Amino acid sequence: MKVSLNQKILSRNEEAAAKNRQFFAEHKVFCLNVISSPGAGKTALLERTIRDLKEQFSIGVIEGDIETDNDARRIQAAGARAFQIETKGACHLSAEQVQNALKMIDAQTLDLVFIENVGNLVCPSAFDLGESGRVVILSVPEGDDKPAKYPGTFAGASVIVLNKIDLLPYVPFDLSRVLADIHTVNPQAPVLQLSAATGEGIDAWYDWLRRHLEKKQP
Amino acid sequence: MHETVVAENVLRTILEHAEKLKARPVRALVSCGQFNALNEEAMKFAFETAAAGTVCQGMLLQIRQIPLRAVCRPCRTVFELNLMTPLCPQCRSEDFDIEPDAPLLLEEIEFEDKQ
Ligand SMILES: Nc1nc2c(ncn2[C@@H]2O[C@H](COP(=O)(O)OP(=O)(O)O)[C@@H](O)[C@H]2O)c(=O)[nH]1
Ligand SMILES: [Mg+2]
Ligand SMILES: [Zn+2]
Repeated sequence: MKVSLNQKILSRNEEAAAKNRQFFAEHKVFCLNVISSPGAGKTALLERTIRDLKEQFSIGVIEGDIETDNDARRIQAAGARAFQIETKGACHLSAEQVQNALKMIDAQTLDLVFIENVGNLVCPSAFDLGESGRVVILSVPEGDDKPAKYPGTFAGASVIVLNKIDLLPYVPFDLSRVLADIHTVNPQAPVLQLSAATGEGIDAWYDWLRRHLEKKQP
Repeated sequence: MHETVVAENVLRTILEHAEKLKARPVRALVSCGQFNALNEEAMKFAFETAAAGTVCQGMLLQIRQIPLRAVCRPCRTVFELNLMTPLCPQCRSEDFDIEPDAPLLLEEIEFEDKQ
């Protein structure tokens, strides 16, 4: 006997994500899900962003990490509210975990919530968190083959940050190949080349943020 | 690996149906698009691990990978997109729109027929 279902497998996560999305709409919060490999510079970019924009916007960060709360402490030192989710081995955040964390940072009082996802370029992209937009960060030392290897992650991005461009003179990295591979799977998303360490190129990122914060849409 | 969570969700649904039908599941079919990056081996292993000790132990899990499709803008050909050579096979154009990737679905479950 055969039972036909055609049922979405991650529907439980999607239901929780829909609730988060409703929460953001209701409280006029702009929420960005930040995805990258470990070490691409997610926390570094958020620290600099908080230092430079905290007078203009109230910012909170939900940190996802397999273990430790180091990143949450870095964010707090930069001057924003932060809550750490320790996933205890899981390679991505789920919408339910985010739901709880939103309460912990009083997200309804914020303009901007960043979710720093677990460092991983594959798994987080399958899990909608209810975010307003998705930031995918690729850093120069990771190599120029990543958009071709992980097309799904780049396809789902609202904006792509190419970080650590201060290292371009020192490592082999074919920038035109990266831009072409991204364009194939995601012709809409802007690619912002910057260095979270030196601040080069960071203004384009702030402009992107300000524009979307004004209309609260990706 | 996110295969673990996918496998657990598939297992939960199969167990719910098995309970309702009072029947033993023998096969399930999962389908997914290319962007889901579901690894077949990892998925089968995760499912076997999750199913151990349940009525699903030993059942067959089939995974159908659905290719990514695109529509050529100049000639309107619909084609399977190979990301290594992203070209329209008809007119060689690089100007195309990618169709939405297939979702991660539990398509069907087959149960043992009761005598
Ligand atoms: N050279 C250089 N190093 C950077 C840059 N951004 C981050 N880093 C360094 O990269 C390492 C990982 O950064 P981190 O923010 O912890 O990465 P995360 O794991 O994605 O959160 C740290 O040692 C940072 O100082 C950059 O733009 N240039
Ligand atoms: Mg970090
Ligand atoms: Zn064509």
